[in-house]
Amino acid sequence: MVKRVRLPVLLSLLPVLAACGTQPWVKPYERQHLADPIMSFDRDPLAAGYSAHVYQVREGARGAEGGGGGGCGCN
Amino acid sequence: MPEERGDAMYHRYDGGGVTVDGPAVMVRKNFKESVSVSGSWYVDNVSSASIDVITTGASPYGETRTEYSVGADYLYDKSIVGVGYTNSDESDYQSNTVYFNVSQDFFGDLSTLSFGYSQGRDDVYQNGNPDFAGNIDRYNYRLGLSQVVTPSLVVGLNYEMVTEEGYLNNPYRSYRYLTNPLDPAQGYQFAREVYPTTHTSDAAALRFIYYLDWRASVGGSYRFYTDDWGVDANTVQLTYTHVLLENWVVDFKYRYYEQSAADFYGDLFQTPSQDPKNYRGRDKELSNFNNHTVSLYLSYSRPVRNRYVDRASLSLQWDRIWFSYDDFRNLNDHTAIPGDEALYDFEADVYKLLFTVWY
Repeated sequence: MVKRVRLPVLLSLLPVLAACGTQPWVKPYERQHLADPIMSFDRDPLAAGYSAHVYQVREGARGAEGGGGGGCGCN
Repeated sequence: MPEERGDAMYHRYDGGGVTVDGPAVMVRKNFKESVSVSGSWYVDNVSSASIDVITTGASPYGETRTEYSVGADYLYDKSIVGVGYTNSDESDYQSNTVYFNVSQDFFGDLSTLSFGYSQGRDDVYQNGNPDFAGNIDRYNYRLGLSQVVTPSLVVGLNYEMVTEEGYLNNPYRSYRYLTNPLDPAQGYQFAREVYPTTHTSDAAALRFIYYLDWRASVGGSYRFYTDDWGVDANTVQLTYTHVLLENWVVDFKYRYYEQSAADFYGDLFQTPSQDPKNYRGRDKELSNFNNHTVSLYLSYSRPVRNRYVDRASLSLQWDRIWFSYDDFRNLNDHTAIPGDEALYDFEADVYKLLFTVWY
């Protein structure tokens, strides 16, 4: 039996299809600001890791601090 | 590839009767433009006369925690695969963690998608009680997306689930209960806390950083946290970074944090309990509270004409944190009858002196 795909599901996929056909809109020569160290989420990993530790041991919440893995688009 | 750098830091925390300080070092070196290795060493010298220690009749104590970490990243085309190991050791707590990360740049390097997994095993002991030993198994799952939106704006989305199983309470901590629930004036007594043996949490964070034309940036983040102990938390942070005279960078930060209490938290229980499933805790980190942080960071960096070093920087970072508890009372207030003591609050100062070289 063929299952009917609902219209909202199809509509929700439209941005994904649109993204596939879109060229990167920030060109390599426009990325000098992104490469500036002040645009880094974690400019000093050792100090940022320590700050995260200070909070982790004194607060109930944990996780999603975002250590590492940040992309600056300037590879 | 991550940048090659070496960091040496002195850190100090001072607040609530607790002082923690010590050195830390982190070094990263790349090989053949495809492999990056890093190592770090970190020490906490703890001197504690916290309100928990003082009001339960224990003696102020000192101890040292040492942490070692090694990691390696491998770059292949647009992907980075990373593995690592961390060991933390103190007299009554040992922890070993392995982690694995994968990140992939795509869409013209405007997007970075990352996934991470960590697994850890902790051994819990109690100084002065050689018969006690417990352990904890920990699992972390991370997802991240970083997206360049415009030539001046980057946004990031992070999600992390943490699940733990084992001995999750502090073997030294107690909850308090009324000696006579019909007459609070008769005082209170302490009994060992009873915690669940599993704990699972979800945290999701959205953050951004935006470049300002006068060589400055403004950033912000919001994190929502929820767990199966009943704690919900919100964290908001705003940052302004400004470059002065080429070589100086100053950061101003403000952070606000609030959380609700765990279901089994109580400042004062009416009666003791012998039921091992009747969970009870009086850990102020599981109570209803909030804190505010104001930060000022100042760093100076300059190129170095040296065969081995390209650039060096010195940074002094200061955070002042105000903690304010809504249902954790100050047991040093001996004049009030139990349950009517003043609510507890305290301030803490955090200092970091950081020296960095890039090579």
